[in-house]
Amino acid sequence: MNPFIEIITLPDNIAIVIMIIMVTFFMVWAFQQALENDRLKLKGLPVDGQNDRDVDTFKPLVRIELIITLVVTVFLTIWSIAVDAPLEEIANPTITPNPAKAPWYFLGLQELLVYFDPWLAGVVLPTLIVVGLLAIPYIDINPKGNGYYTFEERKYAILIFSFGFFILWLLLIVIGVFFRGPGWLWYWPWQEWDHQRVVFEPTRDMTQLIGIDSRSIPGFIIGAVTVVGYYVAGILAPLRYWKKNNPELLTQLGMTRYYTIMFLFVTMMAVPIKMILRLVFLVKYVWITPWFNV
Amino acid sequence: MTGSCSGNGVTGKCQEIKTEIHMSELYDKVKKNLIWKSIFRRDYKDNVRNRALAIFGNVFLHLHPVKVRESAVKLRFTWGMGGITFLSFIILTITGIVLMFYYHPTTDLAFLDMKDFEYQVPYGVITRNLHRWAAHFMVIVVMIHMFRVFMTGSYKAPRQFNWGIGVILLVLTFLLSFTGYLLPWDQLGFWAITVGTNMGAATPLLGFQGPFSEYLHITPYNDIRFALLGGAQVGGNALLRSYIWHCIAIPLIATILMVVHFWRVRKDGGISRPQNN
Repeated sequence: MNPFIEIITLPDNIAIVIMIIMVTFFMVWAFQQALENDRLKLKGLPVDGQNDRDVDTFKPLVRIELIITLVVTVFLTIWSIAVDAPLEEIANPTITPNPAKAPWYFLGLQELLVYFDPWLAGVVLPTLIVVGLLAIPYIDINPKGNGYYTFEERKYAILIFSFGFFILWLLLIVIGVFFRGPGWLWYWPWQEWDHQRVVFEPTRDMTQLIGIDSRSIPGFIIGAVTVVGYYVAGILAPLRYWKKNNPELLTQLGMTRYYTIMFLFVTMMAVPIKMILRLVFLVKYVWITPWFNV
Repeated sequence: MTGSCSGNGVTGKCQEIKTEIHMSELYDKVKKNLIWKSIFRRDYKDNVRNRALAIFGNVFLHLHPVKVRESAVKLRFTWGMGGITFLSFIILTITGIVLMFYYHPTTDLAFLDMKDFEYQVPYGVITRNLHRWAAHFMVIVVMIHMFRVFMTGSYKAPRQFNWGIGVILLVLTFLLSFTGYLLPWDQLGFWAITVGTNMGAATPLLGFQGPFSEYLHITPYNDIRFALLGGAQVGGNALLRSYIWHCIAIPLIATILMVVHFWRVRKDGGISRPQNN
């Protein structure tokens, strides 16, 4: 069979295809409604749902819930009739499949293992994702856009969230599912997996780019300055800019909120930066210490 | 009834009248007696009182307010994603209970039970399929639900706390699926859980491969992965722990948080909506 058809019709991968379709559909729908509301606001008209009257819950809401229940149940039943859940060989600790993949919703994190050590990709970053999500309502003090779709009134919040959700979470999952084969090597979905293929990619540490041994004292110091400097500059540069151009916003925000937002944001942006360093400059580590490597 | 009358002249007509009396008597007998009235406290007449009673007289529906804003009923605002997540959870509970009747969480039997379930149990295949696909579906839908709540700014005051509950429920959804992966005891689950829990070994301070763990004398036999698996590798203890987390502990925690989540939707003023102008 054509490898492309094969990989997208693997029983468990059908769920990912459904996810791609659903997420795309709802993304378009959300932004479409957001732009429509922005247009209404611009004209001074009420946004969708504003000044709505109350209706009885029974039956309009109960009816729609019943219909959705039926539709979803039928959909899942047809899916279950059409596709059988796979059952592989009995668990065998002596035979390691290649690639050994985590459950699909964690494949974004497994993909990060290419770029970060496990303590970062598997522990620190997921923890920060959850902490960051929990923090959202408390660090976003913009009172606008509460209860309706809008883009214009919450541009930065939506752009940052969408980047994290669609690119760093969902796209990396799709890559992990469809683009990674034996040895976690890159395969296009229409490419046949080759279990003999070995790619020798000489990676180096950042300081080696300028001829300094990353495991020497100067290498350690340069690495430390780079990592700490990235955070200090990333957090303080916007602060200077805002103090000059929008001090009012900064007062409203307060310094605790400011530092929390910027720490989370700078950490989030470290992910694509490290990916580019690895993919373009073949850099494995920026900073090597006796305890951990970054 | 009309058909039976026309052919038989007078007697037929009498019979028809008789049957009709009979039907309404039967109707009265069914509906106007102590048992029926003790179960159903209202009739079907469509009036304001009954429409309200239908909601707050029913334990399952009374989570709803009696009246809702029209926008909350429109599919284009909520997409019904939270409700579909809950529906998936119910489908998973039902199919999961059926699976539990046939399943032993031991390394000797787990895989054989799966085979048995497939070949010996009526509707076994479709029950297991439903459990698997509804699980994937729930993970997809709960993520889209979060996206919708973000895009409508529904986490803003006064709903900040409920967003937090939602985030925890999202994590629990992942963990429910993750703990279920191992249960069939096949290669897929075994290695997915091995890969996943190996991350635990890299936890700073608490995992034996994590930074600084040597200062706490952490080894593969006392680190966080050991606590998760009940051993240094995926084996019988890990299977039992997965089973208990999957079937009892996480559903219990998730159910409690769902109760809070739904309650808070009501208490925070229902589905979010734009302020009137």
